[in-house]
Amino acid sequence: MQRNKAFFIGLAWLSFVLGSCMPAVPGPGSTPAPRTLNIMTHDSFDASTSLIEAFEQSHNVRLNILKSGDSGAALNKAILSKDVPLADVFYGVDNAFLSRALGSGIFDAYDAPALATIPSAFQLDPQHRALPVDYGDVCLNYDKAYFASHNLSLPLSLDDLTQPEYRGLLVVEDPATSSPGLAFLLATVAHFGDPGFLDFWRALRANGVAVVDGWETAYYTNFSAASGHGPQPMVVSYASSPPAEVVFADPPISEPPTGTLTGADMCFRQIEFVGILHGTPNRGLAEAFVDFMLSTPFQEDMPLKMFVFPVNPQAGLPEVFSRFAEIPAQPATLTPEEIALHRDAWIQAWHQAVLE
Amino acid sequence: MMVRAGRVPQASLGAGASRRSLLLLVVPLTFLALFFFYPLLTILRLGLSAVGESQPLALSSVLNPLGFTLWQASLSTLLTFAVGLPGAYLFARFEFPGKRLLRALTTLPFVLPTVVVAVAFNALLGPRGWLNLGLMALSGASVPPIQFINTLWAILAAHVFYNTAVVLRLVGNAWAHLDPRLVHAARVLGASPWRAWREVTLPLLRPSIVAALVLVFLFDFSSFGVVLMLGGPRFATLEVAIYTQALHLLNLPLAALLSLIQIACTLTLTTLYARLASRLSTPSAPRAAEEASRRPVGPRQRLAAVLLVGLLLVLLVAPLAALAARSIARLEPNRGQQTSVSAGLTLSYYRELFVNRREALFYVPPIAAVRNSLGYAAATVVIALALGLPAASALARTSRFGRPVDALLMLPLGTSAVTLGLGFVVALDTPPLDLRASPLLVPLAHSLVALPFVVRTLQPALASIPERLRMAAATLGASPWRVWREVDLPIVARAVSVAAAFAFTISMGEFGATSLVARPEYPTVPIAIFRFLSQPGALNYGQALAMATLLMGLTLAGILIIERLRLPGVGEF
Repeated sequence: MQRNKAFFIGLAWLSFVLGSCMPAVPGPGSTPAPRTLNIMTHDSFDASTSLIEAFEQSHNVRLNILKSGDSGAALNKAILSKDVPLADVFYGVDNAFLSRALGSGIFDAYDAPALATIPSAFQLDPQHRALPVDYGDVCLNYDKAYFASHNLSLPLSLDDLTQPEYRGLLVVEDPATSSPGLAFLLATVAHFGDPGFLDFWRALRANGVAVVDGWETAYYTNFSAASGHGPQPMVVSYASSPPAEVVFADPPISEPPTGTLTGADMCFRQIEFVGILHGTPNRGLAEAFVDFMLSTPFQEDMPLKMFVFPVNPQAGLPEVFSRFAEIPAQPATLTPEEIALHRDAWIQAWHQAVLE
Repeated sequence: MMVRAGRVPQASLGAGASRRSLLLLVVPLTFLALFFFYPLLTILRLGLSAVGESQPLALSSVLNPLGFTLWQASLSTLLTFAVGLPGAYLFARFEFPGKRLLRALTTLPFVLPTVVVAVAFNALLGPRGWLNLGLMALSGASVPPIQFINTLWAILAAHVFYNTAVVLRLVGNAWAHLDPRLVHAARVLGASPWRAWREVTLPLLRPSIVAALVLVFLFDFSSFGVVLMLGGPRFATLEVAIYTQALHLLNLPLAALLSLIQIACTLTLTTLYARLASRLSTPSAPRAAEEASRRPVGPRQRLAAVLLVGLLLVLLVAPLAALAARSIARLEPNRGQQTSVSAGLTLSYYRELFVNRREALFYVPPIAAVRNSLGYAAATVVIALALGLPAASALARTSRFGRPVDALLMLPLGTSAVTLGLGFVVALDTPPLDLRASPLLVPLAHSLVALPFVVRTLQPALASIPERLRMAAATLGASPWRVWREVDLPIVARAVSVAAAFAFTISMGEFGATSLVARPEYPTVPIAIFRFLSQPGALNYGQALAMATLLMGLTLAGILIIERLRLPGVGEF
C-alpha cells in the first residue's frame, strides 16, 4: 500500500514538474490559474496533506473544504441551499439519512469506474447518485480491565445485556441527538423487530442502562476505560475506537484498554456516501474528486484520519486496525427506505419506553 | 444640525433630540435588519410553508419543553442573583488584595464553550471528579457519593456559573458609581442600613438590576449546550427541541414552529422590559468608583468580605481550577479497580498540541487557533462597540423610539442559534450579500450576541448623566462634540471597557453559531477543542483540556488588558 501511495505522489510530482517545465512566460499558453472545487462535508473530515496537495497539483485545482457541522447539520445545509449550491461535491451522508438526501434531489448520478470493484452490499443507491466511500460499525466497547478483574464473561448477544450480572454497566446515547445512539437503536430494531425492540429497551431500562446526550459525554464522562474514568464499563461507540485508543495513547501502549463486542446483530453498520451536487459548473473536476476518494491511496489514508473502514477491497488496512479493530461478522442492517419511513416514530417510542 | 441644548426652547429640544436619536439608530437597525431579521424570516417562512405536509403534532411536544424552559430559567435566574447581588456589593464597596484578578476570573466562565464547561464540572463533580475521588478516598466507599451530572442541579449550577458575571458586571458597575453621600445622608438622618439600602440604593440600582435580570433570564431561556450535556436527555428546553428537530430529525416545520414560540416569548419579555426600563432610570451625579470603595472595617465587614470571596471562589473559580488541574494530571486507573485512580503530573498534552503527528490536513496549530480567535474577537469588539455606542446614546436620550428599539436589540439573545445559523445559509446566498462562505460571518454572528450586552452596559451609564451637566457645558460655549468628549466620555469610559470585555469574552467562547458558519481553514480555539473531544484516546482528551486551559489564560489576559486601557487624557469615572 505504501508503494501505491508513493507511486501516486510520484505521478503527481511528475505532472507538476512537467507542468512547470512549460515556458514561464505570462500570457496565452501558460498554465491557467487553478480553479476552485468546493467540497461540503461534516466536521469529522480529514485527510493527509500530501494526498490533497497531490490531487490539487495534478488537476490544477484548489480544493476548498467546507466543514458544515455534524453530519445532520451538514446535510441540512446542503438541502437548504440546493437552489444556490454552496459546493460541487457533498461527502458524509450515511445510510440513516440517505433516503432524505436522495429524495431532496441534491445529487446528480455518476457512474464512477471504481464502483465495479466495490462490493454491492455497500451500493445502496442503484442509480449511483450517492456513491459509498467508507463504512464503520457502531458497536459496544468494553473495559477489558473491569471484566477481567470482576471475572465477568462478555455479553455475547443483545439479550445478554438484560441479565442481572450486567446491571448498571452500560451507557448509551439518546438516538434523537446522537448518530451512534440512533445506530444502536436501529440495531435493536433490526434484531427484535417492531415493536419487539421496545420490550428489549424496557428490560434494559429495568437493568439500569444509563442514557446521555451524545458520544462525547458517553465516552469521556461515563465510560470507565476512557480518560474520564466514569462508572460504566460498556459504551455505545465504534469498532474503530480500540485502535484509536492505541493511536492516541499517552503514554504509548501496546494493547488497547478497550475491546469491541461483536455478537450477532450487536453492531450497526454505517455507510458513508459521496455525491456530486446538482447544478455544479465543475462536473469534470467533481467526477475526478469522487474518483480520487474511491482510489486506493485515499481509501488507505482514511482509517487513521477519520477512523472508518475503506469500501474499496483493494485498500489495505494500517497495522493498528488489522490488529485491534474487530469487524463484526454479522452486523445488523436496515434498508434506507425502512429507516426513512419509521425513524421518527422509533425514536419517539424509544423516548417513551426509556425516559418517561 | 447643531442644537445647542442650553439655548433652545424645550419643545424643539425634544424634536431635535428625537431626530438625532433616529439618525444614531440607523446603522444598528440596518445591521439587525440585514443579519438578524432577514435570515430569520427567510428560514421561518421556508419552514412554516411546509407545516401542512408534516404529520400533525402533539400539543405536548410544544408545551412540555416550553414549560420546562420557563421553569429552569426562572430558577436559574433567581439563584444567579442570590450569588450575584452580594458579589456586586463586594466589588462595588470593598477594596481587597487581588480584587482585579478575582473580577477577571469571575468573568472567565462566560468564555468557556459548553463542551468544556461540561468537562470542567465533570472534573470537579462527576463520578470520577476531584470531589468524589476525595470523598471516596476518605470514606472508603466504592460508589461515588455525589450524583450530580444529569440532574436539574447540574443545569442550575452551570447557569449560575455562566451568568453570575453578568450581575457582577452590570450591577456591580452601577453600584460602584453611586454617590456614597446619598446613603451617608440617609444614615445621618436616622435610617437603618437596611432602610438606607431599600430606599436609597435599591431604587438607584433598579435599572441595572432589571437589565441584568432580563439578560440572565434570556441566556437561561435559550440555553442549549448546558441542558443537553449536563442535564442529559431527560431535560429538553425549547432550544434543545429546536436543535433536535432541525439538525437530527430534519423536521424543519416543527423546528420553525418552536422557534416562533421561542421568539414570541422573548419579544414579550423584552417589550415588558423596555416599558419598565423607560420608567426606572433616575439621573444622579455618578462618582468615581475609588470614592466609595474602601478596605473592610471591623470584624463583621471583614467576615462578610471573606465569606463572599470564598463563595465566588467555590462557585465560579473551582470548576476552572479543576479543569486546569486535569490538563496537567494524568489519571491512570489501577488495573481493574474502578474505584482507585492514581495521578501523575505531565506536560505532554501541551507538548502534543504543537505536533502534527499524523500529517493531518485539518491539524490546528494552537498558535493559529489563538490567532483566529483573537482576530474574530477584535473584530467583534469593534463591530459591537461601533453599533452599540450610537444605539445606547440614542436609547439613553429618548423614549419615543426607545422602547420598541430596545426590545428589538435584545431579541437575538433569546433566539435559537440553530435557526439563525440555518437562516444565514438560506438567506445570505446572493451577491452582494453572499456571505455564506465569508470569514466575516463569524464576527457578525458574535456581534449579534454581544450587542445586547454592550447596549445594556452603556445605556445606564449614559442615562445616569444629568442633562444639566451637558447644558452647563453648552452654556459655557462647548460644541456638542466637546460636550460629548468632556462630559459623556469620561463618565462612560469605564462602561465602554466593561462592554468591550463582554464583547471580547463572548466572541472568544462562542461555539454554537461559530460551528455553523465558520470556515474550517480559520478554526477558533473552541472549535479546536471540540475536534479533540470528538475522537477517542487519552491524548485527545488531554489536549482538549490543555487547549481549554490556554483559552482561559488567553481570555484572562485579554480582560485584564482591556480593563487597564485608558483613553488618553480621560480620567476614570
